[in-house]
Amino acid sequence: MLSLGSGGAKSTKPSFVSYVTPEEIKSEKEPQKKERHPNLLPGEVVFCSTNPILKYTQDDISQRGIFGTLLCTNFRVSFISDETPQEEPTQHFKNKLYGENDIPLMCVDCLYGVYDEKKKLITGGMLKNKYPSKMIIHCKDLRVFQFCLTFTKEEEAKKIFQGIVHHCLEPKSLKCVFAFSYANTKGPEMQRTQRTLMFDSQEDWSQEMKRTKGNCRIVTENQNFELSERLPKYFIIPAAVSDDDLSKFPGKGLPIWCWSHHSGCALFKASSLPVTQEDGVAQAWMERMLHAVAQTHLYSVKIEDLLETLPNIQDIQQSYTKFKQFFLIDNSTDFWMSDVKWFSSLENTGWLDIIRQCLQKAVEVVECLEKENTNVLITEEEGSDLCCVISSLVQIMMDPHCRTLTGFQNLVQKEWVAGCHAFLDRCNHLHQKDKECQSPVFLLFLECVWQLVQQHSPAFQFSETYLTVLSDSIHVPAFGTFLFNSAFQRESCLKATLQHSQRGPLSWPAVWDWSMQFDCKAQELFINPLYAEKLKQEKVLRKVPRIKHQRQLSLPSSAFKTPPKKGFFKDEAESLKKMLRVKRFSRWMVPPDSPAVATRQFYEAWQQKPLDYHGLLLPCLDGPAMRLWMQRYLRWTPEAQILGGGSVAITSKLAELLGEVRALQRELAQKGWWDSMGEGHHRPQTMSLALVRTSLRLSSYFPFAASRNWSFKPVIPTGLLQSLMVTDKLASQEDETNEVISLV
Amino acid sequence: TEVGSAFHSWGALYENTRLPAVNVLSKDVTYICPFVGALRGILTVTNYRLFFRCINREPAFLLDLPLGVISKVDKIGGASSRGDVSYGLVCKDMRNLRFVYKPPEDSLQKSAFDVLTKFAFPNSNNLPLFAFEYDQVFPENGWKVYDALAEYKRQGLPNESWRISKVNDHYELCDSYPASLVVPVTITDEELRRVAAFRAKGRIPVLSWIHPESQAAVVRSSQPMSGVSGKRCKEDEKLLQAIMDANAQSHKLFIFDARPSVNAAANKMKGGGCESEDAYQNAELVFLDIHNIHVMRESLRKLREVVYPNIEDSHWLSNLESTHWLEHIKLILAGALRMADKVESGRTSVVVHCSDGWDRTAQLTSLTMIMLDAHYRTVTGFQTLIDKEWVSFGHRFQQRVGHGDQNHTDADRSPIFLQFIDCVWQMTQQFPAAFEFNEYFLITVLDHLYSCLFGTFLCNSEQQRVREELSKRTVSLWSLVNSQLEEFVNPLYVHYSSHVLLPSVSIRHLQLWLTYYIRWNPRMRPQEPVHQRYKELLAKRAELQKRVEELQRDVANRASVSSERAGSPTRSITPVQTFV
Repeated sequence: MLSLGSGGAKSTKPSFVSYVTPEEIKSEKEPQKKERHPNLLPGEVVFCSTNPILKYTQDDISQRGIFGTLLCTNFRVSFISDETPQEEPTQHFKNKLYGENDIPLMCVDCLYGVYDEKKKLITGGMLKNKYPSKMIIHCKDLRVFQFCLTFTKEEEAKKIFQGIVHHCLEPKSLKCVFAFSYANTKGPEMQRTQRTLMFDSQEDWSQEMKRTKGNCRIVTENQNFELSERLPKYFIIPAAVSDDDLSKFPGKGLPIWCWSHHSGCALFKASSLPVTQEDGVAQAWMERMLHAVAQTHLYSVKIEDLLETLPNIQDIQQSYTKFKQFFLIDNSTDFWMSDVKWFSSLENTGWLDIIRQCLQKAVEVVECLEKENTNVLITEEEGSDLCCVISSLVQIMMDPHCRTLTGFQNLVQKEWVAGCHAFLDRCNHLHQKDKECQSPVFLLFLECVWQLVQQHSPAFQFSETYLTVLSDSIHVPAFGTFLFNSAFQRESCLKATLQHSQRGPLSWPAVWDWSMQFDCKAQELFINPLYAEKLKQEKVLRKVPRIKHQRQLSLPSSAFKTPPKKGFFKDEAESLKKMLRVKRFSRWMVPPDSPAVATRQFYEAWQQKPLDYHGLLLPCLDGPAMRLWMQRYLRWTPEAQILGGGSVAITSKLAELLGEVRALQRELAQKGWWDSMGEGHHRPQTMSLALVRTSLRLSSYFPFAASRNWSFKPVIPTGLLQSLMVTDKLASQEDETNEVISLV
Repeated sequence: TEVGSAFHSWGALYENTRLPAVNVLSKDVTYICPFVGALRGILTVTNYRLFFRCINREPAFLLDLPLGVISKVDKIGGASSRGDVSYGLVCKDMRNLRFVYKPPEDSLQKSAFDVLTKFAFPNSNNLPLFAFEYDQVFPENGWKVYDALAEYKRQGLPNESWRISKVNDHYELCDSYPASLVVPVTITDEELRRVAAFRAKGRIPVLSWIHPESQAAVVRSSQPMSGVSGKRCKEDEKLLQAIMDANAQSHKLFIFDARPSVNAAANKMKGGGCESEDAYQNAELVFLDIHNIHVMRESLRKLREVVYPNIEDSHWLSNLESTHWLEHIKLILAGALRMADKVESGRTSVVVHCSDGWDRTAQLTSLTMIMLDAHYRTVTGFQTLIDKEWVSFGHRFQQRVGHGDQNHTDADRSPIFLQFIDCVWQMTQQFPAAFEFNEYFLITVLDHLYSCLFGTFLCNSEQQRVREELSKRTVSLWSLVNSQLEEFVNPLYVHYSSHVLLPSVSIRHLQLWLTYYIRWNPRMRPQEPVHQRYKELLAKRAELQKRVEELQRDVANRASVSSERAGSPTRSITPVQTFV
C-alpha cells in the first residue's frame, strides 16, 4: 500500500532544500512584494491571494521549490511563480483556460494538510483555524500539488488556506459555479459548435433516427417537461406505445430508443418501475411496453436488468477511490514502494474488472442485436447510469459513425447529456456532504472506450489524447455540458437566470467547442493518424446486408420467431406474462458463468472474419487484454516518464508520412489529371515534422506535462531489495550444478 | 487462421527446405487442442519437424513445429479400453501439446511417435542435430556478420589505452572466452595469465564497449576468487586500476556485481566472492540483486502455468505478479540502466560480473550497450551484439537450452537468453522508433534458439564452435534473416546516431510480452499491428511518387510534341485513391 504519511514515519525522505534560505526571503521579497495575477477569464474574480508561498517542484526528489503567489478565484486555485516565466518554445499543448499551475475548483479532489509531520485529510468545516505547514492538493485529473505555508505570514497563510478549503470543499450552490459568471459575460452570440448535435431539438432526433433507419416515434409531449423531469425534451419510443400509456407512469419504465440496427431491431433503455406483484395495472402496462418493444422488429425482445449483473454506482465509486490512490503519488519513495506489489494492488481495486464487466455486458447486447436480430431493452433503477454506459458502448462497437470524432460527440450528447445522466450529482460538483450519489460513471465509460481504442486503434478517428482531455474537461467549470443532472435542470437554470439577467439568455459553452481550450495545432492531437478512413467507393460496394425476414410489425403468434438462445423472450404470450411476474424483470438469465463463454465464442467467430474497421468491432476481454490507461493515470508522475520514448515517436512518424502522401496527392492534383481529389480533404492536418525532430526531447506522456523541464537523468529505482524476496532454496543454489560439458 | 505454431505461418521459410531423410506418417491421430477441442488428422514426423494436419475442418488446421522445441515427451496411459495411447509434449516455447493415438495392430510398424521420441533428442540417441544436415543456401552468409576485429575497429580499438591481445588465441588462457580480447595496453600477457588464475574460470576483465567520446568503458569478467580469507591478486588490482586510468575523465571505477550481496557472500565459501573496496582503490562495488539461473527457471515455469493454456481473467494481474517474471526483468533492466548511467552521465568506466560471467553478465553488458550505442539497435548491429556478447563470450547455449538432450530436468537449463530478448522487447515497446528490427525478428530469434535448424545457438563456447566447424557445417540464423530483411524491419525506425535510451524500469511500464508468451491463445492474437498500417502508407507513398514521376515524364514528352493539338488528357490511368 501507499504510505500516505509525507514524512512522519519514514526518515528516508530527503529533507527540504530550497533555493534560498528563509532569511533571504524575508529580506529580499518583503519590500518588492507584488502579488501577481493570472490572466483572469471573463467573469473570473479573485477571492484571496497570498505571497510568498513555496510550491514544491514535483519532479525533483530533493524537494526543492519555487516561491510565488497562491490565489483562489471563483474558477481556480492558481499558483504564479515569482520567477520570470520561461517561454517554452515547444509547448504544443497549452490549455487556454488553465495552465499547469492552475487547478479548476471542480478539479480539486482531496486536500491534505501536514500538521507536525502528519498528513491529515482536510474535510470542510474541520481544522479550519489551525492551518497546516504544508498543503497537498490531489486533483481529479491526477495532478498532485504541494505547497509549503511556513514562509508565509501567519494571517496570510490562514487566509489562503481557509479560502481554498471553503471554495474547494464546502457545499455550494449551483449558481456559484464559475460557468454561470462565465456564460453571462460571454453573451448570447457565443459560438456553438455546429458539428455536434445537441439533441435538444426534434430535428436532431429525427436526423439520428433517419441515419440509423429506425422506425420508432418521436415524443414531443415533454417539450415543457410535463411528462417527466428525468427525460429529455424530445425522445423516441417504440411506435406501438399508445398515447395513453405514454403518460401513465410519468417517465418511469418507458422504453427509450437508443439506436437501431440495420436489420430493424433496436436497442432501448428504461428506468425500472417499482412493481409489486399485486399491482395489476403496472404489470399490464409493462407488458404492453414489452409488446411495443418486441413489435419493433420480428416480435422478439431480450430484457436485461443491468443491476443484476453489473456493479452498482456505489461499487464503482468505491473501486475508483481505491484505484486512483495508486496514481496520486506524493514522492519518489512512495512511487517505488507501490511499484513492488503493483499488479496485485491494481487488481485488488477491482477497477479493471468493472471495465471488463461493462464491456462484456455490451458485447452480450451486441450479440443479441447482431446475431439474433433481437430487440434489446436494458433497464436500471434510474436508467441513466449503466444504461448510458452500455448503450453507448454498444453503439461504438456496432456503428462506425460513433467512432468518428463528431459521431462520438453526438453519442455522448445523445446518451449522456440529453439522456439525463446526473453529472452534477455523480461528479459531486457542488461538494455535497452526502456522497451517496457520487460515482465516476462517465469516466468508466471513457475507460471502456479507451480499451477499445487501444485494441483497435485504426477504427477510431479520435486519439487517446482526446479521451484524456475529455476526461479532464468534466472538471472544468466553464462548460455547461457536464454541469447538470438533466435537461430539465438546465432549462430551469436558464429560465431562473433569465429573469435576473439583463444581458439576454445564458448560453453555457459546450465542451465540444474545443477551440475554447486548445488552439488548432493542439487540436490536431485529437486526431488519430492511424485512423483508417472509409473510402467513398467502398460505401457503394458495401451494401447493407438485408435480413431475409420481412419486417412485419404484427406477426400472427404462430409465426413468431423463436430465438434459439436461452434467456430469450419466448414467442408465446404466455411466457411473456410469466416473465413479467418475475420480480423486477429478469434474473432468469443464463447461469452466472455462461455469458462469458457465449461471448467468448461470439468474439472468436468475429475474430476469424477479416477485420473491417468500419464494421462490427469487438473487444478482447481476456485478462491480459485489459490494460491500464497509462496516459491518463501516469502522465504527471515524473518517475514514470520515458524520456524520448512513448507513442509520440510513432505518432510523429506517421504524421510525417501522411503529410508526405498528401503533398504528393496535391502534386498529382495540380497536374490536372485528377479532379477527384476534392472532397474528404478537410481532414485536419496532423502534427508535422517539427514534432519528429523534437520527439527525442519529449517524454512518453506527450502532450501532457510536456512543458515541464524533465531532467534527462534515468530514474533509478530505490529499494530494489524489498521488491524481490525470493526465499526458496533456489536462490542460494550455485549457478553451476555440474560441470559436465555436453558437446553437440 | 488456425491455431498452431508460428512456424507454419512462415511457410515460405521452409518450403524449399530439402526433403528430410526420415518421414514417418501416422493416420488417425487426435490432437487435443486446448482452444478448439479434439481434432483428428494426420501426423507426420521427420528428423526436423512434427507436422499435424486436420483436413476435415474449415479452414484446415495445421500444427508445424521443429522437434528441437520439444523438451519432454510423456507417454500417458495406454490402458484405455480402446487401446489408445496418449502423448504429451512439453515444449520450450510455452506450449504443451497432447495427442491421442491408436497404435496399429502390427506392432512392427513404426508409429510417428516412436520416431518422434528418437529424433526429438538426437544428442541422447547418438544422432546429429538437424542443423548439421540442413543445407539450405541463402543469398546472404550470416557467418560473416560478426568479425571481432572489425567490431573493435568500429569502436575505435585498438587505441592508445587499449590493445587487442592474442593471449587467448588458442583458448589457453580461458576456454570459454573468444580468441581476441581487448585489454589495457599497460597490462602484459603474462600479467593477464596471473589475473586468469584469480578470476573464476579464467574469465578475466576485458573490454566489451568503449564510449566514443568519454572513453568510459564497459568491462566484463567473472568473480574474483578471493574466498573466505579475502585473497588478493596484485595483477588483478593493477588491471582494474589500468581500466580506470584508461579513461582520463574519471578517477573512479564502478564494479557491478550482478548478484544479490547475500549470494556473493555465500560464494566466498566456495572460493569465489567479490572485490573488496580495500583492495581496489577508488572502486565502488554495487550489487544489482539479480537472481541466479534456478530462480529464473522456476519463474518461467510459474509463468507457463499462468498463461497456458487458460488464463484466469479476474486474477490475471495477481497471478502474473506471483510468477515474479516481470520483477526479474525489472531488476535486469535496472542493473543495465545503472551501468549505462554511470558510463554516459558519470563518464566512469564500469566492470560487471556475476559468478562465472556468462549469464547475468552477458545480459547486463548487452543491454547496456543497446542503451548506449544506437548501432546495436540496427538489425546487423543487434546480430553483432548477440554474436559478440553472447556467443563468443561463452554463454552456454547448449547447457541453458539443452539442445537435443532428453534430460529435461537438467538444472543447467535456464531461460537467460529469453530474458535478455524480453528485456530488449520491453525497450522496443518504450522506444518504438529506436529499433530497426521488429517484434517478429525477436520472435524469430527465440524460435530458432530452440529449433536446432541453424548453428548460431549451438555449443557453449567459441572454442567448441571452432572445433565443430559450425561455420562450415551449419547455416547461420542471420543468413535467413538477412536474406529476407524486409520481413524483420521496423518501418517506424528512425536512426538517431547518438541517442542514448534510458528506459523506465518501473513495473508500471513493463508488460508481459503477450505476442510471445500467449501467442498460442487464438484470442490473444493481434489483429493488425501499427506496423501494418505504416507499411500501407509506405506503399502508398511509393505508388504516389511513381505516379508523380510518370506524370512529369508525360508532361515533358507532351511539351516537346505538343504543337499539333491540345487533346484532352488521357484518362487511361486509374484515379488514385484519395484516402490513405
